[in-house]
Amino acid sequence: MIKYVWLVPFFPLIGVLINGILGWKLEKINKGIIHWIACGAVGLSFLVVWMIFRELLNLPPEHRHFEIIVYNWFTSGVLSVNVAYLVDPLSITMSLFVTGVGFLIHVYSIGYMGHDEGRYYRYFTYLNLFMFSMINLILANNFVLMFLGWEGVGVCSYLLIGFWFENKEFASAGKKAFVFNRIGDFGFVLGMFLLFFSVGKYTDIYTLNFYNAMSHVKFIPVAVASAVGILLFIGATGKSAQIPLYVWLPDAMAGPTPVSALIHAATMVTAGVYMVARCAPLYLHGHSAMEIVAIIGGVTSFFAATMAIAQYDIKKVIAYSTISQLGYMFLGVGVAAFSAGVFHIVTHSFFKALLFLGAGSVIHALSGEQDMRKMGGLKDKIPVTYWTFLIACLAISGIPGLSGFFSKDEILGKTFASGHYFLWFLGTVTAGLTAFYMFRVLFMTFFGESRVEPDVAKHIHESPATMTVPMIILAVLSAIGGYIGVPHLLGGSNRIESFLEPSFSYGGIETENLFHHVPAGTEYFLMIIAVLVGLAGIYVAYLFYMKNKSIPENLVKKYPTLHKLLYNKWYIDEIYEAVFEKPGHFLGSVLWMIWDELIVDGIVKGVSNIVRGIGCGLRFVQTGSVQFYAVGVLLGIVITVTYFLNF
Amino acid sequence: MHSHVVVLFLSAFLFSIGAIGVLVRKNAIIVFMCIELMFNAANLALVGYSHFLKSIDGVMLVLFVLAVAAAEAGVGLALFVLLFRNKGTIDVDKLNILKW
Amino acid sequence: MEIITNHLLTILIFLPLAGAITLLGFQRDNDGGVKLIASFFGFMNLILGLVLFFCYSGNGAVFQFVEKYQWIKSLGIQYYLGVDAVSMYLITATTLMTAICLVASWNIKKYVREYFLCILFVESGVIGALAALDLVLFYIFWEVMLIPMYFLIGIWGDYKRIYSTLKFYIYTMAGSVIMLVAIFTLYWLNGKGNFEILGMYNMSIPASKQMLLFLAFFVAFAIKVPLIPFHTWQPDTYVNAPTAGTVLLAAVLSKMGVYGFYRFALPLFPEAAMRFTPVIATLTLVAVVYISLIAIVQKDMKRLIAYSSVAHLAIIVLGMYLLTTQGVQGAIFQMLNHTVVTGALFLLLGILFERSASRQIKDYSGLAKQMPLYATFFMIAMLASVGLPGTNGFIGEFLLFIGIFKANIFYAVIACSGTVLGAIYILWMYQRSFFGPLEKEENKKLPDMNVREFGYMIPLIILIFVMGIFPQYFIKKFNNTTVSFINTVKTGHAVSMIIDNK
Repeated sequence: MIKYVWLVPFFPLIGVLINGILGWKLEKINKGIIHWIACGAVGLSFLVVWMIFRELLNLPPEHRHFEIIVYNWFTSGVLSVNVAYLVDPLSITMSLFVTGVGFLIHVYSIGYMGHDEGRYYRYFTYLNLFMFSMINLILANNFVLMFLGWEGVGVCSYLLIGFWFENKEFASAGKKAFVFNRIGDFGFVLGMFLLFFSVGKYTDIYTLNFYNAMSHVKFIPVAVASAVGILLFIGATGKSAQIPLYVWLPDAMAGPTPVSALIHAATMVTAGVYMVARCAPLYLHGHSAMEIVAIIGGVTSFFAATMAIAQYDIKKVIAYSTISQLGYMFLGVGVAAFSAGVFHIVTHSFFKALLFLGAGSVIHALSGEQDMRKMGGLKDKIPVTYWTFLIACLAISGIPGLSGFFSKDEILGKTFASGHYFLWFLGTVTAGLTAFYMFRVLFMTFFGESRVEPDVAKHIHESPATMTVPMIILAVLSAIGGYIGVPHLLGGSNRIESFLEPSFSYGGIETENLFHHVPAGTEYFLMIIAVLVGLAGIYVAYLFYMKNKSIPENLVKKYPTLHKLLYNKWYIDEIYEAVFEKPGHFLGSVLWMIWDELIVDGIVKGVSNIVRGIGCGLRFVQTGSVQFYAVGVLLGIVITVTYFLNF
Repeated sequence: MHSHVVVLFLSAFLFSIGAIGVLVRKNAIIVFMCIELMFNAANLALVGYSHFLKSIDGVMLVLFVLAVAAAEAGVGLALFVLLFRNKGTIDVDKLNILKW
Repeated sequence: MEIITNHLLTILIFLPLAGAITLLGFQRDNDGGVKLIASFFGFMNLILGLVLFFCYSGNGAVFQFVEKYQWIKSLGIQYYLGVDAVSMYLITATTLMTAICLVASWNIKKYVREYFLCILFVESGVIGALAALDLVLFYIFWEVMLIPMYFLIGIWGDYKRIYSTLKFYIYTMAGSVIMLVAIFTLYWLNGKGNFEILGMYNMSIPASKQMLLFLAFFVAFAIKVPLIPFHTWQPDTYVNAPTAGTVLLAAVLSKMGVYGFYRFALPLFPEAAMRFTPVIATLTLVAVVYISLIAIVQKDMKRLIAYSSVAHLAIIVLGMYLLTTQGVQGAIFQMLNHTVVTGALFLLLGILFERSASRQIKDYSGLAKQMPLYATFFMIAMLASVGLPGTNGFIGEFLLFIGIFKANIFYAVIACSGTVLGAIYILWMYQRSFFGPLEKEENKKLPDMNVREFGYMIPLIILIFVMGIFPQYFIKKFNNTTVSFINTVKTGHAVSMIIDNK
């Protein structure tokens, strides 16, 4: 089956073609055809990935690496790029959950988008296109094909954020996402080029193939490797919404909620982490780049968590939470705990997708209401949503036994072991904040008295089965998903780590001294601290939003500036606008009106005006009198003759 | 004085009269006649030198000049007639509409 | 068949002229017949262009389909035609764009016969200039394409048409005349008594003379492209020209400038070109940033696309001058992309302006709801223009950037930043005009694309994807040509260095 890996992106592509070209017709005939095609395509992809995964497991670990060339994309001089897919533990792990979660969310969308007339086929076309791009991103065996997926998911994100484009703000949010991703891609492309030429320079191997380039990355100077790493990471900050390019993600919540779940939580935004993990040898070699990854990740996770606690839009809270969790993942890969980072990608995709689907279900029930101040008391009205949401909250808060606990603990433990004590501290505080804001959402939405507006309250209903079934499946996964990576400390064998390890360790770079040995006692201690901090967060949320609801108000009154700062997201958007957008606009206008139109074109017009001026002056020579001309002729003859006689 | 110098002087004298006439006279017909005078001054020189150099070339050329001058006279006079009909004058100072 | 393939270039050049003459035989009011016959000739030429494309072999000699006859023997002027892969591609692209322009112009109201006649004339001139391997022949065709353009803009243009067309004509003419002087100088320097371009590649001109000659050629082509600071005619002209005129200008004639660099300025004066490269790099890189910033604040859609075209062409020129394999191949590929994509964008704008008089972005909003098919096509062309992978724009930009990067990292950083700005201005325009609520009453009556419009847009849309997904099919045809081009310039460079030293 492995040689048919191209089927994985091929199925969604077929879905795109059918729905994209014939969808408008199909929608008039029967909407069912559209979603059957779309879901079926992704489902088939998942099946193929699953079969490949089984096949891979049956092979000895050192043979779990295949590259399947489909065709030569383009060749120019020493540069040759194939459309070729890479099958190794990392890519298969990623595609397994991407197609799996993707399939569930496709199914969920049937219910969620069912009321959207006229653009149903577009929605599923975009969604399939997204799956196609995302699979290319993951399975690509070279940077260029990855970049195809990388930009492709960006475009789908743009299209889907602006799906309800009649709303100016939504459309604008889509553009913002695209532009910020573009800024990141700018770094990504340059990093790719620098890697291409520096590997070429030192080893005479010109390649953009991951395995090829990464196996030779040890021959390039550390400084160059770091530069490549940093440039690539700029791309990752754009795609995975890290400081300083994260601002698009909260706005991206303008899209339909399943899209937020699929693209802006579970899959696309983890692409940056995946890329860093994919380039593990490069980052191990250029360790200052890796250090930066860790610092940005840690700081972002804390920073985004602080913003999440003051938001009232249910989706915005989850969006900031996503940024924060992505920071965790970068922290993980940044301290060389690549498998921990990928592990957290996987578990995060389960519970974060579930959180969004839950939020979507709430929004669906409340006919589009997203403000948590207008929710409350929904626990009994939409029980399935409530229970699944609760499981997701517990998972993300790191409650022992659920998936988030294992992956988060793995990252924090490795951070500590690698000697990044401050980042570990930041991560632990963030864990507490995470628990706090997630339970804040839970309490504000499902508990207490109902603050729902009366005419909306009449329509509250549990979502249809197409929505609840995926949520239940994801809830199960969120609960048990962590058992693929139970650490040795707790008697497990960390199967995901040993499965993924070959994908990171082939670069031939010394990694012995990265982690100190941490005694088992300390490890237990760290684990307990993390759990306690999480529980404390939950308790504070309980205190604030269940028991004594005046506390938050009093706090706001006591620290108005801090609240304002957090509520307005540290004014980062406003700062960007003032520093880049306004001056850029101004500069553009000045260049256009003054420099281009007035000066450059002025010179051009000046030349023609000079010619015209001279002509205007000289035309008075034309008196119209024949005899005047005759005098001129005579004078001319006289002068000419005299000239030739004398010289 | 050599006789061909005499011929040249006469020719130059006639030519100058013609040229001055072209430049200063107002009546288009007079101007026209002055042009003919210039032609003939040149013709005189040609005939003279044809004689002195014992060559038929000059005489031949004169014949051509005469023919062209005649044709030109025909066209020119016709133009003057038309001009007079349309403008009521053939004063060259007044016929200066072809200016700036 | 034999006779066609042996004289394919001649037929390609003169078939549109024959079409133009046939049009003269029509009654002035027989518009339907005129449109049909003109389009018929356009399509015949397109088919011949495709024959040229498929018959050109990427593995054969660099110059193919050569025809050579004495023309004016005493002056050494020959009727000498031949194409390498670059001119072959550009000829095919020209036939395609002309055919599309002819079909796209069916809604012209006044002087229909003359309009189509002008378009066919332009086609003849462009193909002739691309196929000519004799400098004088080239110059004649170069001027031939100018005159019908002058009328196209001046008669059927928008309200500032006279100003624009004069500015365009005089500007371009000024450049051409300087080039003519350089052509004659070359003739005397060559000393072989002919104007054969390929023969002149082997000349070794002293560096000081090269500089002047290079400048003369450079200015002519820089105006045509246009490069800054010679670009100010372009936005005015593009905006005021009728749709077909803009498409021909942007998609076809602008390539003539780049082609001029490729065919003349670089291989004839390699030494000078090398010395001027930093200057040209500065000009083009400034252009990328500066033009993009200007494009961001444009209020007129057509003007915005016009500026974006300048920015894209600047990168193409830079890639050509830096002489790396990827850069040159990227430049050539991107020229074709630019033809397809900018052509598509201007055609689409033309479709909109036929329905609604305004070109201002602020007069539109929510078009995606009213004209979904149109919006989709526009989106595809726009994404190709910003170089989205999977579309042709990506392959061209990628090769260009990697080529530029190879030559100079700093250049590449600035050039890449253009893609960010490019995304900003075009997406912002799209957002303002296509997204948002459908507010204006008159916009609620705009019909979506009709069958004819769909018919002439769809080939371009398909090309965008085909060239993006299977670019190697196109690249492999010009591989040999680019290698020989780079060799010519580089060895020529070496030769003139030796001469300069003694």
